[in-house]
Amino acid sequence: MRNLPAFLYAGLIYGFIFLPVIVLVLFSFQESRVPVPPFDGPSLKWYDAFLSDDRVVEALLNSVIVAMASSAVSVVLGFLAAFSLARHRVRMGGLLQGLLTAPLTVSYLIIAMGLLITFNMLGIPKSLLTIGIGHVVINLPLCFAIIFSQMGAHQANMERAARDLGAREWQVLALVTVPLLWPALFAAFFLSVTFSWDEFIIAFMVSRFEVTLPVEIWSMLRTGLNPQTNAVGSFVFLVSVAIVFLLDMVLFRKKKT
Amino acid sequence: MNALAVEFRAIGMSFGTKVAVKDINLSVQRGDYVVLLGPSGGGKTTLLNILGGFLTPTAGRVLIDGADVTDIAPAKRPTTTVFQDYALFPHMTVAGNVGFGLKMQSLPKAEQSPRIAQALEMVGLAHLAGRRIHELSGGQRQRIALARALAVEPTVLLLDEPLGALDMKLRRQMQEELKAIQKRVGTTFVHVTHDQEEAMAIADVIVVMNDGFIEDLGPPERIYLRPASRFTATFMGESNLFDGKVTAVNGDRLTVEAAFGQFEITGPGEEGQEVCLVVRPEHLSSSSDENRSGRQLLLGQGRIEETGFFGTHHQCLVQLAGHGALIRLRLPQRAAPQIGDSLELFADPSDIAVVPR
Repeated sequence: MRNLPAFLYAGLIYGFIFLPVIVLVLFSFQESRVPVPPFDGPSLKWYDAFLSDDRVVEALLNSVIVAMASSAVSVVLGFLAAFSLARHRVRMGGLLQGLLTAPLTVSYLIIAMGLLITFNMLGIPKSLLTIGIGHVVINLPLCFAIIFSQMGAHQANMERAARDLGAREWQVLALVTVPLLWPALFAAFFLSVTFSWDEFIIAFMVSRFEVTLPVEIWSMLRTGLNPQTNAVGSFVFLVSVAIVFLLDMVLFRKKKT
Repeated sequence: MNALAVEFRAIGMSFGTKVAVKDINLSVQRGDYVVLLGPSGGGKTTLLNILGGFLTPTAGRVLIDGADVTDIAPAKRPTTTVFQDYALFPHMTVAGNVGFGLKMQSLPKAEQSPRIAQALEMVGLAHLAGRRIHELSGGQRQRIALARALAVEPTVLLLDEPLGALDMKLRRQMQEELKAIQKRVGTTFVHVTHDQEEAMAIADVIVVMNDGFIEDLGPPERIYLRPASRFTATFMGESNLFDGKVTAVNGDRLTVEAAFGQFEITGPGEEGQEVCLVVRPEHLSSSSDENRSGRQLLLGQGRIEETGFFGTHHQCLVQLAGHGALIRLRLPQRAAPQIGDSLELFADPSDIAVVPR
């Protein structure tokens, strides 16, 4: 039993991390109107309630649009930046690389404030577009870093071989570089999707009438605790878990072959 | 049709202050198997990259088939390359790899398949068309890389140390195959290697490169038996070098004086020139040899310092009286030499080559 302290420690850590999530999910199945013990479920009535709430459904669709569009843009821009920095001698390449990854170290609150001021200055109205731009700002560095790290010399040789066999530059990218980088592009895209999906601060500060799901949850919370909020929260969480799971499956399958 | 497949005219290439090749003039006949041979850093790979279009020379022009291609991108050149690491596309099948160049030429699908089949047939791997690259062995990958490069029917095929990743036995086998395929398709091959045995086994013409210069150029026999420079003599196989001095010249017959006497040989030289005499280990014989002809020249008395059995012969290191470096020689299988044995060394003057010192 000399492992007992270790078990206790592990139990406490995992409890600390996962208990809030478990409580959230558990009370989304609550029967009565308040999400506090005792648990009197299970019931799916709050899921039914949020799915028939137009505002929540609209926010959910907004979230999907923003996540997909901003992630796609981040992956494309990150890929092109990584390709140019990895394959060409770029003047002050090291500095450019540093500037591209620097936003990873800046707090979302600061980025959100900066964006807010910039959008005001430029007269761009707050909308899904501004949220999307904000999410590209935070996800582009991530996409760039993931894709750049996977561009090895071995692939450069294959690109060389493709050129040697008569491929034009776009054909090299489409037929060799992208297919070879597929796992990295896939990982970058879905990680971006999960980050965009539950991002709150930027979405909150640069949005007005069209909001994403986390912002909608926050406004629901202001009117007090309610199992419907739990249901929406659980839904957001489950989608994130599903994406991470999918990512894991695909990347592991790739690794085995 | 031009008789010259490739022409380098005064090619120079420097990377910053480092000079990789300097003032290279080289012509390659159509249909020849040319091997660029030399130590790493000798400039042979640089020359190949210039020919393939991966490097633009800092001086001079490159002509392929009579046309100036110096500023033309690799994609548009009538050359293809077999890369050292093969650079096969792992996300495509074998047939996809071999057909890649044809697809880039926008050849109709119906014409692609017979050409792919033909290229695979040529390397004897038609049965692997549907396989993935990671399912192939090293030797098979090498062949697929060759088939992929030849499928587009280039004017010149470039091979960048193509056998470097194979084990010795497979390498020797692939050498024969490369040579046979080249003779069959008739394409000009330009092959880079640092393995002089490989070069001698496959080349029609060997170009010996060192330090950015062409040291020697010619058919393997000539390069080996009559090297043009001291570097070639020592780089191509094993050799023993003796100092000598030309005392008289009569046409291409030279009278040379060395530590072991005065004698006549054939070779280039001027009166009074200090030269190096090259004697290959297999051209030395000992007094214990029975079938020694009368024309032999006595080099002196020696003592065996080291010996090793190589299957076909015994390789011995001999200390020759009055000579600094140890002499390498080969004794017959049955000679059974012992360390400490003393012997007399003989050589036929017609086997001795002369190079500038």
